[in-house]
Amino acid sequence: MKRKYWVIAAMLFVVPGLMLTASCAKKVKPTEAAVSKTDESMKKAAPAPAQDNSAALAAREKFMKDDVHFAFDSSVLDTTAQGILRDKAAWLKSNDAATTIEGHCDERGTVAYNIALGERRAEAAKAFLVNSGISAAKMTTISYGKEKPLDPGHNEQAWAKNRRAHFVIK
Amino acid sequence: MIVASGNTGCKKNRLLTRSRRAWGMILIGLLWTGTAFGAGKYDYVDIDNPLLKKVPIAIPFFKPVSGNSAETETAKTGSNMLSDMLAFTGYFKILDRGSFLVDAQKSDVAAPMFKGWTTVGAELLITGAVSINSTQLEMDMRLFDTFNEKQMIGRKYTGNVKDLRTMLRRFCNEIMGLLTGSSGLFESQIVFISSASAGKEVYICDFDGYGPTQVTHNKSINLSPAVSYDGKWVAYTSYARGKPDLYIQNISDNRVSVVDKKGMAISPAWVPGKFELAASLSFSGDPEIYLLTGTGKVINRLTDSPGIDISPSFSPDGSQMAFVSRRSGTPQIYIQNMNSGQAARLTFQGNNNTQPEWSPKGDKILYTELKKAGNFNICVIGANGTGLMQLTNAQGDNESPSWSPDGSMIAFSSTREGASKIYVMTAYGADQRRLLSMPGEQSEPKWSPGVKN
Repeated sequence: MKRKYWVIAAMLFVVPGLMLTASCAKKVKPTEAAVSKTDESMKKAAPAPAQDNSAALAAREKFMKDDVHFAFDSSVLDTTAQGILRDKAAWLKSNDAATTIEGHCDERGTVAYNIALGERRAEAAKAFLVNSGISAAKMTTISYGKEKPLDPGHNEQAWAKNRRAHFVIK
Repeated sequence: MIVASGNTGCKKNRLLTRSRRAWGMILIGLLWTGTAFGAGKYDYVDIDNPLLKKVPIAIPFFKPVSGNSAETETAKTGSNMLSDMLAFTGYFKILDRGSFLVDAQKSDVAAPMFKGWTTVGAELLITGAVSINSTQLEMDMRLFDTFNEKQMIGRKYTGNVKDLRTMLRRFCNEIMGLLTGSSGLFESQIVFISSASAGKEVYICDFDGYGPTQVTHNKSINLSPAVSYDGKWVAYTSYARGKPDLYIQNISDNRVSVVDKKGMAISPAWVPGKFELAASLSFSGDPEIYLLTGTGKVINRLTDSPGIDISPSFSPDGSQMAFVSRRSGTPQIYIQNMNSGQAARLTFQGNNNTQPEWSPKGDKILYTELKKAGNFNICVIGANGTGLMQLTNAQGDNESPSWSPDGSMIAFSSTREGASKIYVMTAYGADQRRLLSMPGEQSEPKWSPGVKN
């Protein structure tokens, strides 16, 4: 949900802002509905050169949209997960952004265990990026355990979506 | 005949100081002073017997002494309230009043006609007499063994009319103490998590689900509450500052200490008899269990192994700690000697065993196991690793088991009816039923210690 809001907020404010000029874009203020985090992210996005904007925005959107997924009760990064993290490393190298890596779990299992497991997932993703040359100081991790499922369903399809490391640009 | 006992006056260490809990001055008198029935001397109720037969007990309507309308009303509500409390334990069969041959309201409460009660199958009988003078309530309560024709407990409670429930709870505690050898259930409370309009908040209610009251009001996500041994503090994990920190809150005046270190601070458990607790903190980069002061200062580190170490639970004497570790590759229950620091694996069946809860008697450990079928169920195992038993086998997930302070009951959460709700059962998994009827989802019940009179 959070991610969806961000994308909507970006469409509403960043895109019209860029259609004017970069300096104008800075004046665009979010409405009350937009969170302050989004406001700061937009300011960073806005000064990008106009001709690269659509590609840069798409890359940025992809960075935040692509979650790293995990098997049940696991924080192991499989080949798919590693591929996604290599893309993230590439984006982070060309964009001076600080990120929060959120670790999430599916609804199965107990509350405390899932917070611990979510933290292992976020830390596993962070460690991979540090090994890929990204500064550890630019990344923070937080675990939400099973408290913030992306899909509220009670089936394997929903669970697979919910077992994730999610990236948020600070 | 009537001896005023020493344990009178305002109760200390109450979990909540709310007006309806104002106990006022409840005076207790002993109504019988013959040879003492030692606690646990009689095996009327054996909570260690899985094939337990419920004890048939007759609880006729109490007797209104002067017969005024307030007495008549209280005699009825009081006897029903007492029936409900004892039925709640799952250890009594409350006999149908329609079958009674004796009109207890017209009999001498101190000298029942025992044959009349044994004929209808009662092994135990409770009589009560109610006197009300303005707002002054006097309850004369007695428990009889009908076959041996003996009075086992006699108490006179004097206080305000609003103290009725408190008087009956105390009497129930006496009954359970005598019959099972351990008391505390009826003086205990249960903390739990309930979903709110924003986030999840900590709540507290009486042992039988009566009077749920909100403890936290931060509109964030609050998890895993645990009440201290003096009943004054509740520790829990809260996202109020944006990440999972440990909060230690005074229940009556809301003073809070926060363990706000890097990483997470989860799964608090109080050390028996001390203002100290253990919790899993990850500031070192890895979740390890630490011993903390009651104000959240780290005393020392208890575990040291790569990977997840969480969910401590202490043996009643504090000499051992059960906890969850992934050191063998899957989450399993381990027991660590607090002196030597040596840990040994307790569970070997299944690939996902979490949430150990050491029993108040020290002999057993409850935990949650992921079954192959895909559901979570509550199991119990001897602290020595023998006698594994699965206690729940219902639809949905059954998690977060917690012993009542006398070890006779277990509270847990279950999704058997859809949304997560709180249930209770006997120590052997019998009489599983829902505890609360609240909107939203409830989870992570944790029984408070039985606060003594």
